[in-house]
Order: sequence, then C-alpha cells, then structure tokens
Amino acid sequence: MTFRLFARRPELTYDMLNQRQLTLLKFRKHKLAVTAGFLLAGLYVMAVFASFFAPYGKYERNLDYIYCPPHKLGFSWDRGLYAKGLKRVVDPVTLNSRYVDAPENDAPLGFFVKGVPYRLWGIFPSERHFFGVDPEKIPDFRPGDEFRYVYFLAGADKFGCDIWSRIIHGSTISLSVGLVGVFLSFILGVVIGGVSGYCGGAVDTLIQRVIEIINSFPQLPMWLALAAAVPSDWGPLETYFAITVTLSLLSWTGLARVVRGKILSLREEDYAVASRLLGASHRRILFRHLLPAFASHIIVTLTLTVPGMILGETSLSFLGLGLRPPVVSWGVMLQECMNVKAVIDYPWLLAPVLMLVFAVLCFNFLGDGLRDAADPYASK
Amino acid sequence: MNYYSIDQIGIPETKPPLLAVRGLCKYFPIRSNGLIRRKIGDVRAVDRVSFDLYRHETLGLVGESGCGKSTTVRTILRALDFTSGRAYFDPEGDGRYVDFGELSARELVPLRRSAQMIFQDPFSSLNPRMTVGSIVAEPLVIHGLARGRALEERVDEILIKVGLKPEYKNRYPHAFSGGQRQRIGIARALVMNPRFVVADEAVSALDVSVQAQVINLLDDLKHDLGLSYIFVAHDLGVVRHICDRVAVMYAGRIVEIGPVETLFEHPAHPYTRLLLASAPIPDPDRRMTPPDPGEVADAGNLPAGCAFAPRCPFASAACRSEIPELREIAPGHTAACPLAEEA
Repeated sequence: MTFRLFARRPELTYDMLNQRQLTLLKFRKHKLAVTAGFLLAGLYVMAVFASFFAPYGKYERNLDYIYCPPHKLGFSWDRGLYAKGLKRVVDPVTLNSRYVDAPENDAPLGFFVKGVPYRLWGIFPSERHFFGVDPEKIPDFRPGDEFRYVYFLAGADKFGCDIWSRIIHGSTISLSVGLVGVFLSFILGVVIGGVSGYCGGAVDTLIQRVIEIINSFPQLPMWLALAAAVPSDWGPLETYFAITVTLSLLSWTGLARVVRGKILSLREEDYAVASRLLGASHRRILFRHLLPAFASHIIVTLTLTVPGMILGETSLSFLGLGLRPPVVSWGVMLQECMNVKAVIDYPWLLAPVLMLVFAVLCFNFLGDGLRDAADPYASK
Repeated sequence: MNYYSIDQIGIPETKPPLLAVRGLCKYFPIRSNGLIRRKIGDVRAVDRVSFDLYRHETLGLVGESGCGKSTTVRTILRALDFTSGRAYFDPEGDGRYVDFGELSARELVPLRRSAQMIFQDPFSSLNPRMTVGSIVAEPLVIHGLARGRALEERVDEILIKVGLKPEYKNRYPHAFSGGQRQRIGIARALVMNPRFVVADEAVSALDVSVQAQVINLLDDLKHDLGLSYIFVAHDLGVVRHICDRVAVMYAGRIVEIGPVETLFEHPAHPYTRLLLASAPIPDPDRRMTPPDPGEVADAGNLPAGCAFAPRCPFASAACRSEIPELREIAPGHTAACPLAEEA
C-alpha cells in the first residue's frame, strides 16, 4: 500500500503510522469534510484580515445608494470586469425611490485595488483592498468620485453601507465568539468532567445531576436571562465577553459528559492498569495513557459546539440582547430584518443569514469528518 | 516501610518463600438500589486465601470462571486494595519481607521493579497509541533505570529474548498478531528483571499453537532469569505442563494445594476431582461422560458451610454447617475437605 500523503517519507509503512497519521489518513478520505475544513480556514483568514478583504469600511456611508440592490457584474474585453452602474430615481407620484440602470456609473473592478485608507488591526496603515472598484482604470477620476463608482456585491443597507463589507467585518466577531466561547467551555468541560469521572462516588452523582438540570432549562429564555444581567452601560468589548461567557456557561455540559464517560471507561482499561502496576504516577497515567486516548473526541465535540455558539451569538444579537450597534456582527446586521416590510422590499438584507448557514454547515461537515476519523483503532 | 523477618511471619527457616500470602480477603460491597445506596452485603471474591510461593517455582492457580483467581493475584499486586490479610514478599531475596497490603501507593513504586504482571488480553493491555519500543521502555523510564543508548540497548535485548526483532520497535501494536503482542507484554513485564511475575491467564486468549510457543517462552525465561511465577489459568493441560505446584480455588477459597503430579494423579478434594473430570480429553474415540456440573456457588450468597457442599456427592451435615479448614494429607499436599484421605 502506498499513501500519497506520506510520499515525502516513503520509508513509513502502515505499521509505523502513529495515531495522528492514521487519523489524518482517514480524514483525508472524507472529501466533504476536507473541503469544509479549507473553506473554514478561508473564512477565518478573511475574518482576521477583514479590513483588507472588505472593499469598504465598517461605517462607510454612501447616501446616494441607500437600500441599493446588489450590483450586477459585467464583462467586456476592452473594460475587463465591471459593475453595472445603478442610479436612484424618485417616483414623482409615490415619492418611492428605486434604482435604474445607469451605464455612466459603470465601475471597473480589480484585485488589490487602491481604496479607502484603513489601519490593519488598528496598527498598519494601508489603502490596498483585496477586491473592489479600481480607480486607476477610471479616466479623469476626481476625489469624491468614489461615491459615484461603487460596487455593492450584496447591496446596501439603510445608511448606504456595503452589506458585503459589513459581513466580512462582522465575521471577526461572529466567528471568534465561537472559538473564544469554545475555549472557555473546553476548560469548564474538561475540568468538571474530569473531576466527575476521576473522583466518582458522590461528587460524580452531584455533578451529573447539575448537568441534567442545566440541560433541562429551555435554552433561549436562559440566554435571555443571563444576557439581561449584562449592565447596559457596558462598552462593546465588555458586552462581547459577557456574551461569550454566557454562551459557554451553558454549553460545557456536553463536553463534560464526554470526558467523564471516557475517563470512567479508560480508567479500567488493561493498559491503564498495566501502567499503574509498572509504577506510573497518576499524572503519567492521565497524560500519557488516558488523555491521548480521548483527545480526538474532545476535538470533535468542540468542533460541533462552535456552530451552536455562533448561532447563539446571532440569536441574542438579533433579539437585541447581545451585541448592539455600532458593533458589527451578523446578528446585529440581522436586526434590520425584524421588519417584514424591509425583508420584502430589500431581501438582500438577509445576506448575513447565507454566510451564517455556510459557516455552520462547514463546521458540521468538518465535525462529522473528524468524528469518523477520530478513533482510527475503532474498526480494528 | 516496615520490614518483617521470617520469624515474625511464622515460617520455619528451612524453606523461606518468596511470597507468603496469609488470610487474604477481598470483598466487594453489594449496595441497595435507590437514592441512598446502602451496603447490604458483600461479594466474597477472595476469602481467607493463604499460600506460599517459593523461589524459581511456578504455582498454578486454577478454578472455574468467577472463582476469584484473577482477583486474588490482582489484589496481591495491589491493583485492588486489600480488604484484610497479608501478603509478605521478599523483594531483594535477603530475608527482609514487606507486606503488600499495608504499603502506601508511594512505597509500592520501588516494589514494582521486582513484582510484575502479564495480562490476559494482549489487545487491550498495550496502549495502541505508543510504539512497541516506548511500551517496553516505559518501566525503565518510570523508574529511571536507563536512558539514552543504554535504554535502547536494554529494550533491544529484551525484545530479542522474547523472540521479537528489535527493528519492530518503531511499529505500533496494531501491526502485530495476538501471539506477538503477548510477547511484547512479556517483554514489558520482564524488562526490569523482576523476581516475581504473575501471569494472569497469559495464554488463554491465544490460539492453541501460539499458546504452546508462549508457554515454552515463559518456561525458558523462568530458567534463564530465575523467575517465580503465579500462573493463573483455567486450562488444566497448560497448568500440568508448566507448573510445579497447583492451588485449586472454588468460590473465593483455596480448596486444595499440592505438587502438580500428586494433584493430577490423586486429587483429594471432590471439587478437584470434578474439575479434572470436566477437562476434555483430546481423543475423538473416547466418549466423554461429563459429570453433572451442578449450580456454581454465588460468591455474594455463600452457604454457611463448605461452599462446595451443595454440589458435593459426599457432603455430610457437618459439611453444610462448618467451613472445613485446609489440612495436610501428605507432605506438601493440603485439602480443605474432612473426607480427604491421608495417603
């Protein structure tokens, strides 16, 4: 048997592969999960370099393009890729505004274009954007023209802000809430579950009953109650941390159960007993024999917890109990969709939902693949 | 750590044992159902077991499933805690005995060098996430006995000794067959040069052909390294082949101990006779007439007298009310049955 994965190390045979290599081998066969993994990596890169990937800034308003629908793309050999221009006209009878094609506003597009200046992570000044309107291709471009030649991939909101840019800026918070929250619930879950499994007896019973009580609370009202306890005069950063703590306080229970169950079953495995009879310390047994045996399960559980956290943040912010404007997150953006009329007239306001579904699906596929690959010894 | 001299244990100095077990008990509590799990009784898995193991000797421990063989040896090595009783062990061979039962977890650690165990299931007793090299080296690393080149050489040496190639060191257990894995387990147990090794059903999980190889390996190693074994088994043929003396257990108690030939040729206890009669004879032309096996004793609810009395064709009223003590019926041959005849 040959494995392309290890083509660089041909001396490795199947017998010499360690757990990580076997897991990787099995994971690579799960094409959907691998794809999801790469897409997620892309999403997170985008979130980290949000100011670079977003064509416009978070709060950049363009009053000429309030509720502008998504621009259509055009292509011609002499102009390259361009956005088909739109212009707002006001109906003289109803005073409703609507957008009509305006070829004079066609905006040439390009990669690595010069755009609005920004500071990456608030430190590095730059004005290059990954993608957007390319002013260098516009003849006689004058300052102020950037408000005329625009490209809104997902339309604009009531302030004329580019929704696509705000989705990218919002992903910084929406995607990181999952990771930060999962980190907290990882600590809570491993410590509490570990204590429960290792001590056993009354401690175990008590912890398990508490977990059952926490799990039996209806989730949404519980979130609301905890979120309502956040003082309203807290700044965006404090609120953000309060929300992540809230979410993780409720989501550690699943992991705690996994850890407890694994420790209970592994503690009596012959190789753990053998190690004890060899004179190994508790620490060595725990870290050398028990923990590696279920580290993969922890990773899987965590991966499957992240989408719950992301959805939680979005739900809370959508209900106005989590993050509030001017913070940009997907949930905050969706607050505008509270109004049915807005959704009917400007359906592109729902674009963050697509991103949310996309991210959550990716996490679920990745988790599925990891779960199948997690225990390469299961089928042997 | 308390040391005991041979006088304190009460053994004549003529034949000092390596291990002297006295009145070993291991009870597991039975708890009631419900919220408050009250203790309502005991499973007497091991009940007042006493025996000696001499140097360079293999003692067989036989009996049917659930009679407490494995629990006995696991308790002696303190994989389980003692309920009561003592297990005196002479780790250095200088006549200074320690009691396994009273040692703290920390005091036990240095003793692990001289008392080791081979496990029944070669598939679950090796950590699938460690290479063979690191599994075999683990005892040396834990006790800081060797490092670097010396460690590698010691591991190579013991792997060769148990019949494995040193180049297998970088492989994982999943690459090996059952017999090879058991060899790895043996190498791990022997790498620290112990004096006393417990083989807990060490060959029961293996194919018959592989069993023979492993048994011969254990026997060779015993002579090469001067080991003493307690060999737990339920296969009487294997026991007869490898053991010097045999102890028969029933319902947590030892019912008969004797030299292997005497015990097989002249079994004194009715249970031993039943056990020997139940062993299949590998001859297709001979019809087996299996003896009526009767109900196996329930260790959680033992009868008042001899545990075997309900199954025993010779049981008297005294057998049902009083537990018979082990008594010597011939030099070195003892049985716990009032009907056993003195030879």
